Amino acid sequence: MTRAAVKSNVKMHTPLHVAGTPADGAPCVPSAAPSAPVTASGAILLRPERAPVAQVVTADGSLPGLARRWLRLNMPAIRATLLGALAISLFILAWHVVTVNRMDLYVRFLNVPSPEQVLESARTAFSTGAFFEHIAMSCRRIFIGFAIAALVAVPLGMLMGRFALLKAFVFPVCEVLRPIPAIAWVPMAIMLWPTNEQSIVFITFLGAFFPILINTLHGMANVDEVLVRAARCLGASERATFREVYFPAVLPQVFTGLTVGMGVAWVSLIAAEMISGQFGIGYFTWEAYSLVQYPDIALGMITIGVLGLASSFLIRLAGRAVTPWSRTK
Amino acid sequence: MAIPATAPTQTGLIEVTGFELAYDTIDGAVIAVSDADLVVNPGEFVSIIGPSGCGKSTLLNAVAGFLKPTAGQVTVDGEAVKGPSADRGMVFQQYSLFPWKTVRENVEFGLKMRGMGRSERAVAARTLLGLAGLSAFENHYPDRLSGGMKQRVGIVRALATGPKVLLLDEPFGALDAQTRVIMQQILTNLWQRLGISVLFVTHDIDEAIFLSDRIYVMTARPGCIKAEVTVPLPRPRDAALQLSPEFIRLRADLGALIREESLKAMGGELNEDALKGLAVNLNGSNLAQVV
Repeated sequence: MTRAAVKSNVKMHTPLHVAGTPADGAPCVPSAAPSAPVTASGAILLRPERAPVAQVVTADGSLPGLARRWLRLNMPAIRATLLGALAISLFILAWHVVTVNRMDLYVRFLNVPSPEQVLESARTAFSTGAFFEHIAMSCRRIFIGFAIAALVAVPLGMLMGRFALLKAFVFPVCEVLRPIPAIAWVPMAIMLWPTNEQSIVFITFLGAFFPILINTLHGMANVDEVLVRAARCLGASERATFREVYFPAVLPQVFTGLTVGMGVAWVSLIAAEMISGQFGIGYFTWEAYSLVQYPDIALGMITIGVLGLASSFLIRLAGRAVTPWSRTK
Repeated sequence: MAIPATAPTQTGLIEVTGFELAYDTIDGAVIAVSDADLVVNPGEFVSIIGPSGCGKSTLLNAVAGFLKPTAGQVTVDGEAVKGPSADRGMVFQQYSLFPWKTVRENVEFGLKMRGMGRSERAVAARTLLGLAGLSAFENHYPDRLSGGMKQRVGIVRALATGPKVLLLDEPFGALDAQTRVIMQQILTNLWQRLGISVLFVTHDIDEAIFLSDRIYVMTARPGCIKAEVTVPLPRPRDAALQLSPEFIRLRADLGALIREESLKAMGGELNEDALKGLAVNLNGSNLAQVV
């Protein structure tokens, strides 16, 4: 190819300004362009105006129609729920089969209670007040330990995120203490606190504390600096910036921390109760083993699972309530 | 109206003299902006344009009070700028609306910081949102808005406290071309209505000409003021103005000024001759054979 070819390429380009319609008023048709002069390629061909079309087509409001549409729109969720229910049923069925037949598949199910036995022991447990006292005790410990952890870790994490010196001072201590599992704290906690009750709450606190702190710190690191600037040049003081920008900005991360922290708090609580408790659902489970009440072991475990699930759910609910802006559609 | 009536010709004088900004690095100081001077007279609309990285945003951030110059002075109405303040409203390219506040709460923010009562500031915010055509969206969260709407909220939020000057940092850079033109007209209207001084940073030459009374052109890094261009186009201006010979001449002149600096900013080897060579090679036979 030569320079001449390049030049002709340039000529082919569409003119910058639209040529409009020719003088006789008839619209230019682009298909005529190949033989027409270059200026014609900028002609505008208007399509006849379309009759107005509604943006939303309202479907029939009859009950069957409504139900059909609801089913269609919620299909993925319905399918997931059904699959989940199926999986749980299968699990219980398998549990039933291996325990009723007292199977020995290297893993021994000889002494494992069957679902029916557990249901029976649950019925007995629910009819006496003692079982609920255990649950109430555990919930109380979780509540106190977790609440103190949240009240300390969130402000501390925010201050550490804002003031680098404070972070440099506190963070190394946290990093040394953080990997120590709560159960390893039990002997020390018993020595530290005057009563058993306090040491159990302390261990619950420790379990919840670090996940909350670390997530709050993370959230602070991700606060958009431009938002802080925007607040400052709208006249916000340091204090107001904290309240109006940093706090809402870290809230989603704080709630991630609270959810994780709640999980770890239950793990820690149960461990502490099994070792040094006198009440509580962890103590109940361990005691069942000591007293050879095997169905109660499973009952205790299931109760712990349900309580853990319920508390995570409550936190997620609270999180959604206080961060309405991050709600999906 | 909600906005405090400012006497348009008396306040809002921005003066930047002998401005220098340097960053300390291990190899020594890196100078971002050196020896820049500029003035925005009360009620004037002034733009700064220049190649990317030339320090035009740095200059603006110094006027806002986010950066301290290493040398020189920044004053507004004769008072040295010490830090950010509600006297100098700022509009950011990334909108920077508070995602956890509704549109109205965003606009109310500056008034809330000033201690204005709840109902009073709601009235003020509604008036402003009406001016920007956003009344229907006052209870929406920002993530439900389009870019153009977000930036209208951003502008109105910055104006709500009745600042002496309005600083805008490439506010329309993230918008599509059509929306940008409409936003420019909205901004012009608000500016004329309020008689406020405006310092506007952009890299869009057409935008700068269309909006400004005067334009400062900055050099590549280390940035300083290369030229000061007065825009003699009459107001009110509309889109047709962009076809006028005056406008086209101005655009060509400014384009040439900036092109020179952009090439410098893009790296040492690039110059006009090298670019021509590149074009010939690309259009010539070499490339065709390769492909």
